[in-house]
Amino acid sequence: MSEEVVIVGAGIHPFGRTPGLSGLQQGVFAVRQALERAGLAWRDIQFAFGGSDAAGNADTMVSELGLTGIPFINVSNGCATGGSAMFGAYSTIKSGEFDLGLAVGFDKHPRGSFSPLPADWGLPDWYGETGLMLTTQFFAMKIQRYMSLYGITAHTLGAIAEKAFANGVLADHAWRREAVDIDTILHSQMVSDPLTKFMFCSPGEGAVALLLASGRKARELGLPTVRLRAAAVRTRPAGSFEVFSPALDLERGGSPTSVASQAAYDMAGVGPEDIDIAQLQDTEAGAEIMHMAENGFCADGEQPAWIAEGRTRIDGSLPVNTDGGCLACGEPIGASGLRQVYENYMQLIGQAGARQAPGKLRLGYSHVYGAPGVSAVAIVER
Amino acid sequence: MPDTLPVPIADGLICPDADGIALFASRERATNRLCFPARPEDDPRYDRVVLPRTGRLWSWTVQRFRPKSPPYAGPEAFEPYAVGYVELDGALIVEGRLVDVAFDDLAIGMAMRIVLLPFEMTDGTLRTSFGFAPDKGLGA
Repeated sequence: MSEEVVIVGAGIHPFGRTPGLSGLQQGVFAVRQALERAGLAWRDIQFAFGGSDAAGNADTMVSELGLTGIPFINVSNGCATGGSAMFGAYSTIKSGEFDLGLAVGFDKHPRGSFSPLPADWGLPDWYGETGLMLTTQFFAMKIQRYMSLYGITAHTLGAIAEKAFANGVLADHAWRREAVDIDTILHSQMVSDPLTKFMFCSPGEGAVALLLASGRKARELGLPTVRLRAAAVRTRPAGSFEVFSPALDLERGGSPTSVASQAAYDMAGVGPEDIDIAQLQDTEAGAEIMHMAENGFCADGEQPAWIAEGRTRIDGSLPVNTDGGCLACGEPIGASGLRQVYENYMQLIGQAGARQAPGKLRLGYSHVYGAPGVSAVAIVER
Repeated sequence: MPDTLPVPIADGLICPDADGIALFASRERATNRLCFPARPEDDPRYDRVVLPRTGRLWSWTVQRFRPKSPPYAGPEAFEPYAVGYVELDGALIVEGRLVDVAFDDLAIGMAMRIVLLPFEMTDGTLRTSFGFAPDKGLGA
């Protein structure tokens, strides 16, 4: 029988910009905080998975944390780097190989949009040369079509961003901690129609560490636990619409998110109606709208009513992105997916402070999505 | 294509003919699936085909800031440009620049056709690229 996997500790380096610290140092900060909160020492950790997209090799952290000789596996999987690190740690404990380990993700990106090179993505140079290779264009065109198909207006986009910044005010690890009203959001500079400046997240900095253990080990240590009921990573199916696509098949299909979501629900033996709180990839405001449906929480087109009724606010029936998500926290690629799990963990143990969602929270759902069509979903239970 | 046209921005991308231009694509022999851009012509798993010239606008946006260089190789001076996907009749949904249309007039479902697009590189030289323009012959 496979082992039950639980989270026994979590740490975070605040997201945003920290000029004095490298990405790796922010990672070390997060690991030390997680250990301290759990009352554990680095020598207790038996293995680690970690990574960043642009801030160096995770395994060099041992220079600062201690040369205990443990296996430390570097993960590099784009936007799913953090989710993949957690999947590695989850699978390792589930297999019974080890019973206490670390998943860590960190990053530090320069200002401005990412600047990918065509050859790195298997694309011809002309695609980048002629100005078609921008993630912002993809997100804009995906939500543009979705809005047209389901009668969604810019007002709903603005309301999503307004909620994100309102939640960020309450989250001590968020980057943007000032409320922005919907009129300012809607009338800010248009970046890629229909998305304005305040509807996009920015690349940033930050780090998250999670300590995972077997259920037996956690009981032995006397630590409170949050069960990791599912950790699924999936790549794109045929007919999905992905970033950096010169052409799409006529026959449209599902998305990596819908595939990963279904896999996670199957692993956990629960459905979307059972989830109490969710952290969904919100690279831009439209992504949160579409991901509400792709993860099964509502039908396509129901989002405007959900938003208007405040159902995804912190005090709503399904709070979504309670720490302000990527819009308020920024997107340090290697850390972003783990931040979502961190947020669910803090919410489930009742330690989310000013942003604590009310009532008994049993099941938390997190979803990360990125290029070139990869999604990671985790479901945690208190 | 007349001799006066600038060199294509890539080999194996644009197919010139008497009616203007079209795009090359590849059809995988085993699955019949179309793919664009076309695979190398000597790849035995694929047949080279030419895509239809007309279709409907599938989605669109406007690029409002100058993309980073590299990879962008356009002029330093920047004017916003429209980008979209066009569902080419019965074939593929292809991404490209949208030209000869005001941003406010862009609408999903409008009839489009492929057009030749002279593309100015950062050093001022021109290359032949492609774009999509409203197909006035068909109406919206």
